[in-house]
Amino acid sequence: MTEALALEKISKSFGSTRALDGFDLHVESGEVHGFLGPNGAGKTTAIRVLLGLLRADSGVARLLGGDPWRDVVALHRRLAYVPGDVTLWPALSGGEVIDLLGRLRGGLDPRRRADLLERFDLDPTKKGRAYSKGNRQKVALIAALASDVELYLLDEPTSGLDPIMEAEFRTCVNEMRGEGRTVLLSSHILAELEALCDRVTIIRSGRAVETGTLTEMRHLTRTTITAELSGSVEGLGALRGLHDLSVEGAHVSFDVDNDAMDETLRALAERGVRSLTSQPPTLEELFLRHYEDGASGGRGEGAVARP
Amino acid sequence: MSALAGTWSLVRLALRRDRVLAPVWIAVFVVMAAVSAAATVDLYPTVASRVKVADAANATPSLVALYGRIYAPESLGAVAMWKMAGTGALLVAVLGIVIAVRHTRAEEEAGRLELVGAAAVGRFAALTAALVVAVATNLALGVLAAAGLVAAGLPAAGSVAFGLSWAGVGISFAAVGAVAAQVTRSARAATGIGVATLGVAFLLRAVGDSSAGRGLEGLSWLSPIGWGQRVQAFAGERWWVLLLSVAFAVTLTAVAYVLTAHRDLGSGLVPDRTGPPSAAPGMRSPLALAWRLQRGALFAWSAGFLVLGAVLGSIAANVGSLLDNPRVREAITQLGGVHVLSDAFLATEMGILGFVAAAYGVQAALRLRAEETTMRVEPLLAAATTRVRWAASHILVALAGTTVVLVAAGLGAGSAHAVQTGDAGQVGRVLAGALVQVPAAWVLTGIVVLAFGFAPRLAAAGWAFLVGFFLLGELGPLFKLDQLLLDLSPFIHVPRLPGAALTVGPLLWLTALTAGLIALGLAGFRRRDVG
Repeated sequence: MTEALALEKISKSFGSTRALDGFDLHVESGEVHGFLGPNGAGKTTAIRVLLGLLRADSGVARLLGGDPWRDVVALHRRLAYVPGDVTLWPALSGGEVIDLLGRLRGGLDPRRRADLLERFDLDPTKKGRAYSKGNRQKVALIAALASDVELYLLDEPTSGLDPIMEAEFRTCVNEMRGEGRTVLLSSHILAELEALCDRVTIIRSGRAVETGTLTEMRHLTRTTITAELSGSVEGLGALRGLHDLSVEGAHVSFDVDNDAMDETLRALAERGVRSLTSQPPTLEELFLRHYEDGASGGRGEGAVARP
Repeated sequence: MSALAGTWSLVRLALRRDRVLAPVWIAVFVVMAAVSAAATVDLYPTVASRVKVADAANATPSLVALYGRIYAPESLGAVAMWKMAGTGALLVAVLGIVIAVRHTRAEEEAGRLELVGAAAVGRFAALTAALVVAVATNLALGVLAAAGLVAAGLPAAGSVAFGLSWAGVGISFAAVGAVAAQVTRSARAATGIGVATLGVAFLLRAVGDSSAGRGLEGLSWLSPIGWGQRVQAFAGERWWVLLLSVAFAVTLTAVAYVLTAHRDLGSGLVPDRTGPPSAAPGMRSPLALAWRLQRGALFAWSAGFLVLGAVLGSIAANVGSLLDNPRVREAITQLGGVHVLSDAFLATEMGILGFVAAAYGVQAALRLRAEETTMRVEPLLAAATTRVRWAASHILVALAGTTVVLVAAGLGAGSAHAVQTGDAGQVGRVLAGALVQVPAAWVLTGIVVLAFGFAPRLAAAGWAFLVGFFLLGELGPLFKLDQLLLDLSPFIHVPRLPGAALTVGPLLWLTALTAGLIALGLAGFRRRDVG
């Protein structure tokens, strides 16, 4: 697999606000990469650095083998972008905007354009000022999806779309994956990324806090176990898949990989168990934990292996 | 009155938003008026000196067309406030239009009024709040200006009349802005309608005043600008004329309310048409987009300049016959005949049109900033186009548009003058007078681009430069400013055509200066963050 884009140790400040703080992102070509983070985490800033709209204060950015700041025209011919907040020219019709943006990118496929207009149920004759938020979003989506490019940068592309259109969008992304195209899909909606993405990068306060495949993440999800033992606690730390062990007298608590659960419970039973509680974290919880600012002091930091 | 619910909150919101704009604008006006008054006292201390300058001014049609008449030559105040009542009132009118549109249509277009309208706010609240703020701002302006004039040593009654005449003009045009804001969907177009109305008002007064004695004086009485002058501050005040402004403003305000009551939020009077389902074949470059976005405004400006030029051109031939002062007539004949007077008139008017054309360039170049702040530029720059190509497209429209509107003015004035004089050669002479303004007007576009490249938040300072250059030209000689300071204005260096000799040097270096400013601005834009 070759690299489609990479941000390495990227920092970007606006005045005293640090939007990106040593941010890392790697996307392989042909993958659908999820980019998850709460509002204001730095998703849009990262994408604007990739588009050459912002210049990073420090760090290295690579895009399709080029420099996103220098090689603007050559690179932008090979990508399509959907902004998170679509504003249209009030006097231009949706169809005109779709054509203009497509042509500026080097042309779009008229059959695909017609097909997308039908699938997304968009009236291209309305003026920009007459569209609702969802319909403005559709104009930008169709303009991007009708272009035959290698890379799609989609910044919260489904905001404002109704569930039927959202489903249509998912179908489109899956088609793009089938054609071997690369997609970077930013969102704060977990379910969307879970349904579409091969790998996910979680961003919080300008830093990448997790990157991995969803199977990895799910597989590596751990259960927290607290137990009071009647026997010796010796040797527990040596068990496979057991992490962050803390011992206070007969009380032990630790996180355990889900696939090592069987062995762990057997080992505990051998020692004699007086009481036991287990808390299985959901994937949702995993993300939430990273969203919360006080997360570093919370339980089980580092519960998921970093790549 | 549920339709007015929330008005007070909106008034406070508007005052909060105007907390810099309004005080600065008011301060500039008050200082300008007071300083002019004080300077005139020094310049013309005796009655004889005032009568001399006033007679000369009243006998010069180009000055009368531009500023109006001096109604009492012996009166210090009438001489001192002569230009302020003419061109100062134009700027006050612009303030009125801007305030009215800014708090009504601009908010509605941006969708912010919807946010406010969902709260407990009545249907008429926004319009009422805007008018309350406009009236309050203009009254404050009038009262402070009057106080400034009294402080400068002018009689109290005249000072109050002058302040109120300014306030009357401002409030009249706020009402014009309020109606325009109901008609169109875009704030830009609403402001355009307001300014076009102001242009008509100016023309009516200019034609009426400069054609006095030939049955056209009545035209000045149709113009809110004309009413302001016919209050005759410092020249036997005619207070009742102020009632004309009040009646005008009340009538237009009523129209605005009726229009508001009959339309939906966000809509105009003209229903939205649908557009083409796909773009025209030529729509494939930033330049094509810039042209598409700006062509409507350029057509409107060109039409306005053509009409303005034609009206001024048709007055020009007659200015000689207006000379009722035999001594002045004799002096002018010695200088080379009556056509010198026509030439001087045309050259002066072309100089003013040069300023207005520069305003076109400023607003066209400021599209760059508008496209950036609304983030409409983002998808363009994310496509395969460079920043320079995108920026250059709007700059090109600004520069070419400035040229086009001046050509329109030159052709309008030249053709009208040629018809009046029966000399087809006048078309070329007058057109040249318009064309020499182009390089000076371009400099303003250059200033906007430079600011856009390095300090985009300050790009609107282009307007401040335009007003500054205008005031330098208007008031510089009165204040006896140093020539070095006067030279800062690009318009000072333009040869006065038709009539004077064509000096190519300034035209070349003004063009080079513009090119330099634009190149620098583009270099800055390439290096900075977008958004």
